[in-house]
Amino acid sequence: MITRRDLLKYTIKGIAGLAVPIAALEIVNPNKIFAGKNDKSKTRWVFLVDTYKCVGCGFCVKACKNENEIPYDANVTRTWVERYVVTKDGELFADTPKGARDGFTTSKIDLGAGKYQDIKKEEISKAFFVPKLCNQCENPPCVQVCPVGATYQVPDGVVLVDRKTCIGCGYCIMACPYGVRFFHPVHHTAEKCNFCYHRITKGMKTACVEACPFGARQIGNIKDPDDPVTKIIKTERVGILKEEFGTKPQVYYIGLDKEVR
Amino acid sequence: MVHGEVWTIKELFTYPNEYIYWSIQIVMYPFMTGLVAGAFVLSSLYHVFGVKQLKGMARFALVFSFALLFAAPMPIVLHLQHPFRGINIFMTPHFTSAIAAFGIVFSTYGAIVASELWFIYRKHFVEIALPLKTKQDKTLFEWFKYLVFCALTLGVYDISEESLKRDEKAIKILAGLGIPVACFLHGYAGFIFGSVKANALWMTPLMPVIFIMSAVVSGIALCMLTYIVVMEIRKFLASRKKTVYTHLQTREEIGGVEINVIRMTAKYLLLFLIFAISLELLDLIFRGYTAVKSWDVLRSVIYGKDFTNIFILQYAIGNLIPFILFLMPGFTIRRAVVGVILVLFGVFMMRWNVVIGGQAFSLTFLGYMHYHLPIIPHNWETFKEGLGGALSIFIMPFVLFWIFSKIFPVFDYKESH
Ligand code: SF4
Ligand code: SF4
Repeated sequence: MITRRDLLKYTIKGIAGLAVPIAALEIVNPNKIFAGKNDKSKTRWVFLVDTYKCVGCGFCVKACKNENEIPYDANVTRTWVERYVVTKDGELFADTPKGARDGFTTSKIDLGAGKYQDIKKEEISKAFFVPKLCNQCENPPCVQVCPVGATYQVPDGVVLVDRKTCIGCGYCIMACPYGVRFFHPVHHTAEKCNFCYHRITKGMKTACVEACPFGARQIGNIKDPDDPVTKIIKTERVGILKEEFGTKPQVYYIGLDKEVR
Repeated sequence: MVHGEVWTIKELFTYPNEYIYWSIQIVMYPFMTGLVAGAFVLSSLYHVFGVKQLKGMARFALVFSFALLFAAPMPIVLHLQHPFRGINIFMTPHFTSAIAAFGIVFSTYGAIVASELWFIYRKHFVEIALPLKTKQDKTLFEWFKYLVFCALTLGVYDISEESLKRDEKAIKILAGLGIPVACFLHGYAGFIFGSVKANALWMTPLMPVIFIMSAVVSGIALCMLTYIVVMEIRKFLASRKKTVYTHLQTREEIGGVEINVIRMTAKYLLLFLIFAISLELLDLIFRGYTAVKSWDVLRSVIYGKDFTNIFILQYAIGNLIPFILFLMPGFTIRRAVVGVILVLFGVFMMRWNVVIGGQAFSLTFLGYMHYHLPIIPHNWETFKEGLGGALSIFIMPFVLFWIFSKIFPVFDYKESH
């Protein structure tokens, strides 16, 4: 015989038991989970490149390839360094042999297809190096165009690619104005720089920042007013790349030249 | 090797990760969907606008459009790095992407074509299924045929005058509904390119409209070509085996019907061709006139590196020559064949110049990339994204059409309306 008290007990147990599978049915909203874990308002990763300090050694490229397991000899890379040479008569030359993985071993400019151009020292009016990486855009077109949502932005601003869902259509590669994306030669999914997300979320610096002997690369949190990177961006004159696309890039450059592409 | 490296040759300053990632299959994709949309629009000209002269072509075009429909998503499958995940576009679409709409538009369009076909051929199914039903001791093949056609009737055996009238109405509505959907199916393929702001050549709101116009052109051209080929075969059969194929008319009768239909269809082809060319020229003039940052590199591609592809192959051989061929007096079938083949080639070159041409210059605006279509494959990738893959895609709709025409007879079936 069931007493009223028992009935009450069973009902509560039953409801509690039912609630578990029902909770499993709730649609998971990744934004909510992220928001809970990682207070949305506290972090926004940004990058600062001081082009005056860069000497084109390519240590950062090497470190990145090793850290992020991009096959060393494959002709793709998550970060690279460009060399710009402007001659006295205003001609512009630029190259990035193998993404400057081995630095710039010759003063000759790589014209592609096995051709090189020698420029005499006295003809050069200015020359400099510019490191490049994903801009973790505030308004990322690569995220917008992904048909399956494999490319997504986390609340701290970094744009990530899910290798398990990417179908490999290449739309994001086409959509990025900075040419930072490519297909991973092993996984055959879209690949790009993610500010070493596995490191920065554990309080470490990115592999390239650690590898740079001259401090040309820095990573910081623009939402933290005490962050040295934030201070520089807020108080000094910095530039961004290809502003006209409206992507709101978050890699800031000191000493950006009008010739930089 | 990195994807794209095999067929890309880089020149001057390009970013290290830049390759021609969208290769021949992405040329095939808008080409094939264009044919689908074009064939459908052609068939609708009769059903919706009552262009009587196109009657012979209408049913033909519809069945062909259905066959093309199955071939249209195949280039994407061959293009994807993970083809088995392709289904995710349908399962987990991310709606800010133009490609994500594919599942919805494509299945809507497929449903419309399939139901229109059903209404048109319903009577035929019933007429085949009913006698087989009553027939004693059927052979195995007849059993099979009976089951197939029984299923195709969907259990509706009413073919009274009245219900056929109603069918006709439904066909008209479906054909009318199909036109915007077909245009959307293809216009959105244009949108996929036109909305890529990173690509200076692609980004223009005119892209979807240009795509639709040239789609209709190519669809009509392919229908004309296939129609002529089929009619020639029938003429041949009519003169050879008169006794066996009694339902065929005489050689002269077929020839008479053929030239009339072709002449009429050619008019529509020219009309859409004029639209397509005007829009393309408008785009070109506008770019030159406004001359924004990217114009220097675009000009060097359009008037330099891709000059032959654009002005000789696409405009001269693919547009101008067929234009003259169609307009010259004394129109013949043979001339029509040459004309439509050139038109098809022209539209293909247009797709090529958009897709490959759009990747012919680097995002740095300082360098170039040259595409070399893999002809002799040395692995799966160079097959599927090479000449072999493209040809397989092109042949597919013809094979499907042959199979479908067994179920939906395009000619021999007596008129129901
Ligand atoms: S730089 Fe390119 S890949 Fe990185 S977030 Fe911006 S658009 Fe996306
Ligand atoms: S390649 Fe992958 S990540 Fe990029 S758009 Fe396609 S599915 Fe998305």
